[in-house]
Amino acid sequence: MEETQVGRSVARVDALEKATGQAQYLDDVVQPGMLYARLLRSKCARAKIIRVDASLARALPGVKAVITAEDLPDTRYGPVIKDTPVLARDEVRYIGEPLAAVAAIDDETARRALGFILVDYQELPPILDVEEAIKPDATLVHEHGDKYLCVFPARKTGNVCSQTTFTTGDVNQGFAEADYVFEDFFSTQEVYQAALEPHGAVARRDGNGKVTVWTTTQSVFGVQATIAESLLIPTSMIRVIGTRVGGAFGGKVEAIVEPVCVALARATGRPVKLVLTLQEEMSATRPRHPARIDIKTGVKKDGTLVARNVRILLDTGAYADNGPGIAAYAAMCACGPYRIPNIFAESNCVLTNKTPSGAYRGFGGPQVTFASESQLDMIADKLGVDRLEIRLKNALENGDTNVFGQTLSSVGIKECIRRVGEAVGWGKTRSSPYRGVGIACMHQISGVMNACANVRLNQDGTITLQAAASELGQGCDTILCQIVGEELGVPMECVNIVTTDTDAAPYNWATCASRTTYTMGAAAKLAASEAKKQIFQLAAATLEASPADLVSAGGAVFVKGSPEKKLSFFDLGLVTHFVTGKPITGSSAVMIAEPGNAPGCVEGFPFPPLTAWVFGAQAVEVEVDPRTGNVRVLRAVAAHDVGKAINPRNVEGQIEGGFVQGVGYALYEEIVREKGAVVNRTFADYRSPTAMDVPLITPIIVEETDPTGPFGAKGVGEPGTVPTAAAIANAICDAVGVRIKDLPISSARVAKGVKNKA
Amino acid sequence: MKLNIELRVNGETYPVAVEPYWTLLDVLRREIGLTGTKRGCDGGDCGACTVIVDGKAVDSCLVLAVWANGKAITTIEGLAGDHRLHPLQEAFIEQGAIQCGYCTPGMILAAKAFLDGNPNPTEEEVRRAIAGNLCRCTGYVKIVQAIMSVVETAARKGN
Repeated sequence: MEETQVGRSVARVDALEKATGQAQYLDDVVQPGMLYARLLRSKCARAKIIRVDASLARALPGVKAVITAEDLPDTRYGPVIKDTPVLARDEVRYIGEPLAAVAAIDDETARRALGFILVDYQELPPILDVEEAIKPDATLVHEHGDKYLCVFPARKTGNVCSQTTFTTGDVNQGFAEADYVFEDFFSTQEVYQAALEPHGAVARRDGNGKVTVWTTTQSVFGVQATIAESLLIPTSMIRVIGTRVGGAFGGKVEAIVEPVCVALARATGRPVKLVLTLQEEMSATRPRHPARIDIKTGVKKDGTLVARNVRILLDTGAYADNGPGIAAYAAMCACGPYRIPNIFAESNCVLTNKTPSGAYRGFGGPQVTFASESQLDMIADKLGVDRLEIRLKNALENGDTNVFGQTLSSVGIKECIRRVGEAVGWGKTRSSPYRGVGIACMHQISGVMNACANVRLNQDGTITLQAAASELGQGCDTILCQIVGEELGVPMECVNIVTTDTDAAPYNWATCASRTTYTMGAAAKLAASEAKKQIFQLAAATLEASPADLVSAGGAVFVKGSPEKKLSFFDLGLVTHFVTGKPITGSSAVMIAEPGNAPGCVEGFPFPPLTAWVFGAQAVEVEVDPRTGNVRVLRAVAAHDVGKAINPRNVEGQIEGGFVQGVGYALYEEIVREKGAVVNRTFADYRSPTAMDVPLITPIIVEETDPTGPFGAKGVGEPGTVPTAAAIANAICDAVGVRIKDLPISSARVAKGVKNKA
Repeated sequence: MKLNIELRVNGETYPVAVEPYWTLLDVLRREIGLTGTKRGCDGGDCGACTVIVDGKAVDSCLVLAVWANGKAITTIEGLAGDHRLHPLQEAFIEQGAIQCGYCTPGMILAAKAFLDGNPNPTEEEVRRAIAGNLCRCTGYVKIVQAIMSVVETAARKGN
């Protein structure tokens, strides 16, 4: 049957409340008797805590509780390596690490109380550089790191808390067969998600001791688990409610403020709100891992890639957080969407005494892609091969194997490359000597881990979908309603979506990794089809047909070919509640476990199998001012293979938004540190792109259907930001012949490069 | 020592006792309970807290509540008329200009204040007018398209 809802750019289900200021974000949550919390943060990058004296702060009028690690169980949490205390105990490991928390009658009192908490530090020399950290005699950021619980057998050495390696073929053999070998070093800077809404939580303990936590999060079940394991509370006593999220991009996937907020609520017996300031957002949340990348590539003179050796150092800061996964993912992306028969990719997650780095759109992909796609242009130029042609020549196709030894299908990279080449006018002469065009490609996965959904037929035949995917702005609430509406044959306006509440929706791992359309979409579609089976069983008797002959469309169930004899969903809702007395619920649990990895292809990989590969290509035209080095991005085209666009306008929005974050990454954004402290903690000093920095962007949707995805769909949340920096670097080189191998590509760097060439 | 002031917000008058150092943003959200205006950077750099005061777009985190005493203030809650959305709100919804929605109230009000005084701008002028409103989700593409569609519709109607 023809699809009527999937594939349409329907208006978002959350747009009206957001356009009218009615949407409820975390800071809009108010509870009677609520207190306000602030965190005391370490001034030292590395120190022993000799003494914390909170007696003066506790005595301040209006202060209801001051807690330190002494008031909490001695636990450590973390998504992969359990190394993080709720509040620093005995030792601080980065400037900004929280070591005490205050709850007071208003924010002003809480802030004043911080100044009355006395801390004696014994300062120690910090490690602020990954090259220092990996030296064999380097001091350990975590002296007892080998004792931490780890969810997988991480390969650790000193301050490298996890190492992942991918091996395909034989790189030495490959380099021996190559006509040319290129060796280059690239580096990328510290940036952060810069969501407009800060992290925050409100925690309240009820009369029975159960805790409710409102929070702005990408994973209500992740927050629930972290509170449970860090404060030693059973999950049955923790309810997590996710409020509307004002931007996340990976920064809200881990529980940063919730455990301490719950501890304060329990200590005071009153609801407590904790919202971070912008200064805290910029210096004490989870920035993108800065990277140092050595990349060695062997090619034949006709441009065929034969070997690649990559070594990546990722600065994970003082705690591992999602670093091990990001390191693994970076190694996975290092070969690009190309056929390379011999690969050795080694990625190291390195501890230093700085803010813990964490998940941010692309998860290691943007760093490594900047290196690999920049080098590919350098290779093409050296060989005299066209930069677009070299990519087409080596691009993966259906039937090729990837670094996991999996056979790929649904590979849309060539279509993406062709479409951007055409759209940008590849090969045409530039209208000015200082204009240039650059292209870059990417690939990643969009299906991982598990998701559950329930679909209920309500009393009046409308539908309730319980699916704990977090609406971060990407539009998942809408597309899940589209999917369920399509599967059941009811208008999506009849679908009530219940999402981020651990009491009201079944388990979902997290909203991240571009996984929601593919993984949660599959769970929602499966739950809907389970409900439909039960509905057809029920309807079959009344319609005097076999369930196999029934279809549902337009809000009714009827025999194929005889739509006039039907049972409406309204009738069915009434019957199930008041006649048979057995309301219908369809349930599903989806876990991505296939296809497995080939033996020996990867070591130290912290995820179960990944799938649903997506591909993309971007081309940009820039104009460079040769005197100032200023780069203006004039035009951009971005083609992304998403399998099937459930909501094309939403997909465009993800591509456009991802691209502009990529522009910031390439040209403007950098967290600047002096002696380990962040010095640019306002939006005046941290240059997130404005409407004046942004070019005309043409998003191109490529649909290389994946039959395992819901209606053929795959994900698109991250890809838009992955190849952008490389495309811009390549365009700048095309314009003025200057190759910048370190991000950000500041105007100073470009101007210097132009001057040196002259 | 609190001061008694009157804030005229969206056509209604709110008498409220404020500390002299409270910002208009503090008072709108906390004392009056109009939470549509968002707190972003709290330092005048992101525009999420934009409201309209006496016809001008203003960062409400940068003005004191006492300064706003007696002035005509419009917040996002005051934009929709009786059962009808403002054309900017409709355009933002139709064009997909809303993702996370956190910048949306400020962005719409900044656009409204600008268009009220400049009904026929170029795209470049629109981009300049909203340069003080950061958005991390949309890349501004559909935001600019939404604002331009309102300009074009108004021009067609001969306004």
